[in-house]
Amino acid sequence: MDAIMLQEKLVERLLCPRVRTARQKEKQYVGFATLPNQVHRKSVKKGFDFTLMVAGESGMGKSTLVNSLFLTDLYKDRKLLNAEERINQTVEIIKHTVDIEEKGVKLKLTIVDTPGFGDAVNNNECWKPITDYIDQQFEQYFRDESGLNRKNIQDNRVHCCLYFIPPFGHGLRPVDVEFMKALHEKVNIIPLIAKADCLTPNEIKKLKDRIREEIDKFGIKVYQFPECDSDEDEEFKQLDKELKECTPFAVIGSNTVVEARGQRVRGRLYPWGIVEVENQSHCDFVKLRNMLIRSHMHDLKDVTCDVHYENYRAQCIQEMTSKLAQDNRMESPIPILPLSTPDVDTEKLIKMKDEELKRMQEMLNKMQQQMHDKEQ
Amino acid sequence: PLLCLSSHNSSGGSTLLGYIGIDTIIEQMRKKTMKTGFDFNIMVVGHSGLGKSTLVNTLFKSHVSRKSAGWARDEKIPKTVEIKAVSHVIEEGGVKMKLTVVDTPGFGDQINNDNCWEPISKYINEQYEKFLKEEVNITRKKRIPDTRVHCCIYFISPTGHFLRQLDTEFMKRLSHSVNIIPVIAKADTMTLEERQEFKQRVRKELEVSGIEFYPQKEFDEDMEDKSDNDKIREAMPFAVVGSDKEYQVNGKRVLGRKTAWGIVEVENPNHCEFAQLRDFLIRSHLQDLKEVTHNIHYETYRAKRLNENGGLHPISSSDTQESNL
Repeated sequence: MDAIMLQEKLVERLLCPRVRTARQKEKQYVGFATLPNQVHRKSVKKGFDFTLMVAGESGMGKSTLVNSLFLTDLYKDRKLLNAEERINQTVEIIKHTVDIEEKGVKLKLTIVDTPGFGDAVNNNECWKPITDYIDQQFEQYFRDESGLNRKNIQDNRVHCCLYFIPPFGHGLRPVDVEFMKALHEKVNIIPLIAKADCLTPNEIKKLKDRIREEIDKFGIKVYQFPECDSDEDEEFKQLDKELKECTPFAVIGSNTVVEARGQRVRGRLYPWGIVEVENQSHCDFVKLRNMLIRSHMHDLKDVTCDVHYENYRAQCIQEMTSKLAQDNRMESPIPILPLSTPDVDTEKLIKMKDEELKRMQEMLNKMQQQMHDKEQ
Repeated sequence: PLLCLSSHNSSGGSTLLGYIGIDTIIEQMRKKTMKTGFDFNIMVVGHSGLGKSTLVNTLFKSHVSRKSAGWARDEKIPKTVEIKAVSHVIEEGGVKMKLTVVDTPGFGDQINNDNCWEPISKYINEQYEKFLKEEVNITRKKRIPDTRVHCCIYFISPTGHFLRQLDTEFMKRLSHSVNIIPVIAKADTMTLEERQEFKQRVRKELEVSGIEFYPQKEFDEDMEDKSDNDKIREAMPFAVVGSDKEYQVNGKRVLGRKTAWGIVEVENPNHCEFAQLRDFLIRSHLQDLKEVTHNIHYETYRAKRLNENGGLHPISSSDTQESNL
């Protein structure tokens, strides 16, 4: 009996020190490691928004690709115009908004379409309505940001522009070069080779090389994928490298489901075979989707905010201050916006606060005086 | 031709007592044509990259058109449309043909394509003028070299939606001076359904714009022609695919394009309408194209020229023309 009790006591003593250290550790654990989870939960509640612009001539498969990317049917009721209606058509800007939810995460997706681009005989400056639109969004955000009610700012800035290059050419055409040069400092441009199912693998490679060469030659700044962190594993780095070498992506879209290899997939049925949109050996659709949605959506937004918008803002402020200097007025650190913001209420508030300040100042003076008198 | 007695009657005419041999004249003509050979001038129009040169090479199964590899690094896209005519002599079954392919690089490639059809129109009229000048000469060549454009193949971009403005502008302006054959280029971009829909829309637009493509309805000579041509008009514009590479399919070597999901066979009527275009253009209507160009388009030009400024040379005019025709 004694032996057993001894044994039990021994065991207790053995266990005790562990319990003590656990309690010690408890004291040192603060708990902010849960911060990412908190951020995650909050953003999931708030939801995300993303604005995507598609540009290119008509018939490049833009609508089909957008539907394939986001598994939507945005263009169901679209009516194609006939020849007479199209004679005097100028470039329009049309927005479609759709709310998508997946696994509890809400995305408010806005697609900005640009029908009429490049369709006329004379396409001089046909990109102007597009650059104007992008600038307008920046301007609106700038005003909102400088205003007083910043809680519910709506971010309509264009985060990414997919530009569709026809596969029929031998590289970039003059209109492609001019468009991209007009927009590369305002928005993230991702050039795509449209309708890639009419090219053989060799032709695709040649075209991609050609386009990359010409982008370099003309100094066009397309969206660059951010560099991998040095601590990422080799597999990730390899994938990233492959992604970068694959640009511009040669894509195919489809609104129809076909039967291929015993499965139902999105694809196009030809007499000589079936093209599967999501088959990586057929086209780069999967790479585009992964890049756009699964890995770089946030980076696209960041670059828009940190680079393109800041450029616009700096330019805007510069213009305004130079204008003010011209008008011989004092330079103010805060840009004076020519329009907007509710004045009457805030002015009243400012007046009230001013008076309060004055009163407090007077009281302080009185108190000081009293103290001074007392001392004497 | 030897006289030999025979009891055959020629239907619908006076019964001949013997065989004269008038029908051998066809054989004589044939022999002569084979010896002299003949000219054919084909023009291809469409913006770059639509496979014009490849199609011409495929049509005539030889490298008669140099494929452009696009614009070289320091070469610039021509600011105006250029006209490049290259001739080759090809032979088949003892018949020699001098084929001239007229290419139009730069068409539709600029940002501002206003009036880009003018150099083309000018070239076509210049060829008519050349022929006219030869015809009205005092001493004329036995066989006037024919550089007139017999056929202009216009390449429609396979957008799947509609004709582009440039397409209708070009065809409207040129369908009265040259035979225009519209084709839908790079048809392997579209599935069969998409092709049919696109064709319907394109045909409707052509009708609405009043564009008369070859074979023009007004030049059908008789009922047989009309029914043949109606069938062809129903099927136009042909959706074609061109290729100069051969692949093995089902034990045969065929011209095609190899993709990751299958081989597009150029001459397979289930894949595209190249075979139909080739048969129509070369095997049945080649001579007709030349005749329509000579008898109708050229005559229209000539009449216009003779009516303005009261004619050409004082010597020229009707005498020599009538005896020739």
